[in-house]
Amino acid sequence: MNVRSFAIPLIATVIFLLFWELLVWANGWPNYLMASPSDLPAAYERYWNLFLVMGWQTLWRTVVGLLLAVLFGLLLGMVMGFSRTMRDALYPLLVGFNAIPKATVVPIVALLFVGAHDFNTILIAFMISFFPIAVSVSIGLSTLEPEYRDILRSLGASKMTIFWKIALPKTLPEFFGALKVAVTLAFIGTNLMEIVSPHGRGLGALFDSGKTNADYPLMFAVLIALAFLGILLYYIVVALEKIFAGWAERPAG
Amino acid sequence: MDQPLIDIKDVRHAYKTDKGPLPVLDGLTLSVPEGGFVAVVGPSGCGKSTLTRLIAGLMIPDEGEVWLHGKRVKGPRSTVGMAFQNPVLLEWRSILRNVMLPLEIVATGMSKKDQEDRARYLLSLVGLSGFEDKRPSELSGGMRQRASLCRSIVHKPEVLILDEPFGALDAFTREDLWQTMHKVKEKEPFTGVLITHDLRESIYLADQVVVLSGRPARTQHVLDVPDPGPRDIETLYTPQAAEMLATLRHQIQIAQGRAPEEATA
Repeated sequence: MNVRSFAIPLIATVIFLLFWELLVWANGWPNYLMASPSDLPAAYERYWNLFLVMGWQTLWRTVVGLLLAVLFGLLLGMVMGFSRTMRDALYPLLVGFNAIPKATVVPIVALLFVGAHDFNTILIAFMISFFPIAVSVSIGLSTLEPEYRDILRSLGASKMTIFWKIALPKTLPEFFGALKVAVTLAFIGTNLMEIVSPHGRGLGALFDSGKTNADYPLMFAVLIALAFLGILLYYIVVALEKIFAGWAERPAG
Repeated sequence: MDQPLIDIKDVRHAYKTDKGPLPVLDGLTLSVPEGGFVAVVGPSGCGKSTLTRLIAGLMIPDEGEVWLHGKRVKGPRSTVGMAFQNPVLLEWRSILRNVMLPLEIVATGMSKKDQEDRARYLLSLVGLSGFEDKRPSELSGGMRQRASLCRSIVHKPEVLILDEPFGALDAFTREDLWQTMHKVKEKEPFTGVLITHDLRESIYLADQVVVLSGRPARTQHVLDVPDPGPRDIETLYTPQAAEMLATLRHQIQIAQGRAPEEATA
């Protein structure tokens, strides 16, 4: 990691914060309308413990939801990738399911399993994020060139061997591409539930309480914390991608 | 008489389509003696690739028999090596590990060290020494095809099936690879079937050229190429070669259903 790759995003962030500060100052917006970056440290200091506890809740529920989405998405993708019939049967159902805005499902789930905060939140995070994974895996598998299969099959390799040695690794770049989308989606799912669910937990609930008290600095502090967690998870996925599918990256230039 | 290593007897096959059966092979007969190298030429879409899948045991014909080394082919066997026009190397593996792939599937009883040594030896044979640890995407098309060739023979298959392996290469690279093929065959003898569109390639590499008729394919003409074994590219410019090429071209035109006079006009 050289200085340049670290300095450029840092400078960009500082410029962005300065611009935000300037905007609030120039318009003379009071704190109950719009918070400025200089209000945030105070908010973090005041609610630091809550941020740690709630942030952790949001994080682990998102990760569990995402892991379930990966598991289910992989399975569904495999079924649809290997069987034409299953693909034809499941695709319209999946597209329809995905077209339903999950925000409308949130109140239903919240009422259906009222009080089961963890379960509800994980369920929504899962529901919102498995679709891209399933689609990418199924496309990756169904577009496998027949020659790959023939080379291994002519040697007497089993279907499982072909899957592990060729189909799975070949699908990894598409899978990680989808996972990057799914990470962000899972976060949206978690927070939707945390905000809507009464007596909720997590950063979403903290945001909601900030809203109730018209505490704009707190609300913005939550947004920044969410962005931070999002960046963290995203780059964990990027690191995993480098390890497992780094071969797919073309050398620069 | 010696029993041929590959023996295809009067094979008929039709693909099932929505519009009813589509016959692709209709009375195909082909036999290759041990150590022989037969080229198969014919019009586009006449069922040449179906033939490779039959020999590899990837499909069973509707009628007729395919025999390999005295055994009827009923399914895939590890004694076959294949190389295609698309080299299909695995991008996430180094060239060396790509070549070693068949050894991971076929039980050879070789130690890991021996497997690696064999792969390295084959790569040096085709002129890829020093590229063992490169990724396929770092190699040119010709080099990838060389690596694919190594992979197809690494497990010492009884039969090597080449399905237009040089079809996508430029003319100079292709001629280089022809030389490499002769070198490989000398050091690592194999029994081979080469599917090709290139008549010069067929008489340069093979010791027998089989012309298939248009679809549904049957054996239309068999041409023996004299003096099997390594040859020089100059042999392609002898009157003898010109005569063979003319015969083959004439046969292809018949196979395409065109009268020769009409075709040359």
